[in-house]
Amino acid sequence: MKSGQNMNATTPDTGDLAVEGGITPLQAVPFRLANGAELAEVNVGWQAYGALNEDRSNVILLCHALTGDQYAAAPHPITGKPGWWDDLVGSGKIFDTDRFYVICLNVLGSCLGTTGPRDANPATNDPYGLDFPVLTIGDMVRVQAAFLEQIGIDQIFCVVGGSMGGMQVLEWTTSFPERVFSAIPIATAARHSAQNIAFHEVGRQAIMADPNWQGGAYYNTGKRPDAGLSVARMAAHITYLSETGLHVKFGRELQDRDAITYGFDADFQIESYLRYQGSTFVDRFDANSYLYITRAMDYFDIAADHGGVLANAWRDTQTRFCVISFTSDWLFPTSESRDVVRALNAAGADVSFVEIESDKGHDSFLLDVPEFHDILQGFLAASAQRRGV
Amino acid sequence: MSLKPHNGAAGIRADLLEISRMVEPGSRVLDVGCGNGELLDILVNERGADARGLELSREGVNASVARGLSVVQGNADTDLVDYPTDGFDYVILSQTLQAMRDTRECLRQLLRIGRRGIVSFPNFGFWRVRMKLMLGGRMPDTETLDLPWYNTPNIHLCTIRDFVALCDDLGITIEQGYTYAAGGKLVPYGSLWRANVFGDQGLFVLSYDDDVRVATDVAGESPAT
Repeated sequence: MKSGQNMNATTPDTGDLAVEGGITPLQAVPFRLANGAELAEVNVGWQAYGALNEDRSNVILLCHALTGDQYAAAPHPITGKPGWWDDLVGSGKIFDTDRFYVICLNVLGSCLGTTGPRDANPATNDPYGLDFPVLTIGDMVRVQAAFLEQIGIDQIFCVVGGSMGGMQVLEWTTSFPERVFSAIPIATAARHSAQNIAFHEVGRQAIMADPNWQGGAYYNTGKRPDAGLSVARMAAHITYLSETGLHVKFGRELQDRDAITYGFDADFQIESYLRYQGSTFVDRFDANSYLYITRAMDYFDIAADHGGVLANAWRDTQTRFCVISFTSDWLFPTSESRDVVRALNAAGADVSFVEIESDKGHDSFLLDVPEFHDILQGFLAASAQRRGV
Repeated sequence: MSLKPHNGAAGIRADLLEISRMVEPGSRVLDVGCGNGELLDILVNERGADARGLELSREGVNASVARGLSVVQGNADTDLVDYPTDGFDYVILSQTLQAMRDTRECLRQLLRIGRRGIVSFPNFGFWRVRMKLMLGGRMPDTETLDLPWYNTPNIHLCTIRDFVALCDDLGITIEQGYTYAAGGKLVPYGSLWRANVFGDQGLFVLSYDDDVRVATDVAGESPAT
C-alpha cells in the first residue's frame, strides 16, 4: 500500500484476518462516465485481506453483486453479519489470505462507501438523488481499475464474482485484458436478458410508486421509500431462489399458526420470510442506489460494445477463464454462461466451463455448495502454478 | 465410454500414454470427450502441451477442472462448430467417435479445428467380435466393448476397414495407423486385413489430403494384402 493517503482505516473485529480498507478518494477525477457526465469527486469504499507479495502478483479482486458490498470477509458494519464470502476468504480458505491479497471494492452508485446518489453533489452540497448520472457496469470497472492503479496494483491474478459481480468480471476481461491473468465469472451473462430487465423494472416501479420516494429527493425529508424498496427486494429475492429450493425450505408450511386465518396476514412461512427479507434490506440499502445499479445491469451488453459479435470482445485474450453456472439458476441460466463460453472458444481463449448441480438457485454462489468450492480451488491452484504465485 | 483401462506400470492407461507420445511437445491440443481428464493431465504435465478438453458428463468436467485442467462442459455433436479453424495442432477423439451422432461431420470438424486428428475406436471387425456374433449369435461382449447393447453409448460402431473407407471418402489422409492387439499392446498397422482382424482397437493420426503428406506405415501400402 502506498503511504500518505487520505483514508479512514477500519479495524473491525475479524479474528486473525488482517483487514485494511476504508473510504478513499479517487485521485483520477473528474471521472468521466460512459454517458458523458463527469463526477468531480469519487470516493471508493474498499476492504482488503492478506498481504501483497513482493512483485504484486498475488491480487484477487472480488466483485460483489447488486446489493453486495466490500465486506466480503469481515462483518457488515450495519447488520453485523459475516461477510458475504466469509466461507471462502481467509487463512487456509479457498481465497487463501496467507497467499493472496484479496480485495473487494464497493461499486460506483452504491451506498456503502463508494460514491452514489445518496452522497453530496459537490456542486450543491445536497445529496445527488436523481441528479446522479446513470452509470454502466463499464463505469464501475473503470473506477475499480483507476483505484487499484492508485494503490499500486496494475496486475490482477484473478478477478472473480457472481451475478452482477460476474458482469464486472467479464467487463474487466474485455476492458483491461492485459491486467487480468485469470477470471471466474459465476452465474452471470454477457448481457442482461429481457426477463431480467423486466424483473428490475418491477422493482424500480415499486420504489417510484412509493410516495415517500418523492422523485428521488427524499434524503432530507425524514421519510424514505422503505415500502417500495422492500417490495422490490421481495420480488427480486424470489428470483434468487428456485422453485425446488422454496418447496424444500418452506413448502406450504404455516407461520406460527395451526390454520389459515382467512386474511392477508403472513399465514405462510414463505410470506413471512420474504417480508423479513424486505424489511431488513431497507436498513442497509438506499432506494436510489437500487434504481441506479439495476439500470447499470440492464444496460450491460458486451456484444453490443464489440460490433454485435461477442467473440470479438475476447480476440487474442491471454486470460484464463473458468465460467461457472448452476442447474437451478433461472435468473442467469446455464444457457447464458454457454453463450459466453461459445464466444470464448471462438476467440481461442483458455476456458473451462462447469455447470454445478444445486437446487439453491441463483444464490448458489453465496451458499455452501461443496462442488463449487472444489472447482474454485482447482482452478485457482492451477492458475497460481502457471503464474508462479 | 466402454473402454476397459489397461494400466501401465505407472497406473496410467497404456493407450493414453501411447496417444500422448504422438503429440509433439508444447503443442496445442483439444481432447474431445476427455472423460475425467486423464489424458489431458499427461499432455499438460508430461508433454508440456497447451491442452483443453470438451466433455459431456458433468462429473467428468468437474473432476477435470477441480484438478486444474481447462475443460468445457459440452456436447461434441453440437459444440465443435464453435471452435476456431486451425485453433489446435491436434484434436484427439479417444474412444469417442463411435458415440457421435454425426460421425462424418465430427471428423470434418476435427480436421477443421486441428491440423491433425488423433482418433481411436473399438474395431468391430476384431476376430473375437466376429466369433461372438457368428458362434454365439449375440452382440459381442469383449474387453473393449464391455457394455450390453441396450446400455451402451456406442451408436456408430465400425470396423477398421469401414473407417479407412470413410476417410478415403472424406478426403482424409491417414498419416499413421496402429492397432491395439488384445491386452492393450500397440502394434504397427501392417496390412489392412491383419489390422481389421487382429486389432482390438484402431488408432489413427489423420490430416486433410491437401496438407503435407507425411510418410507413414500406411501411406502407399496397398490395402488387403
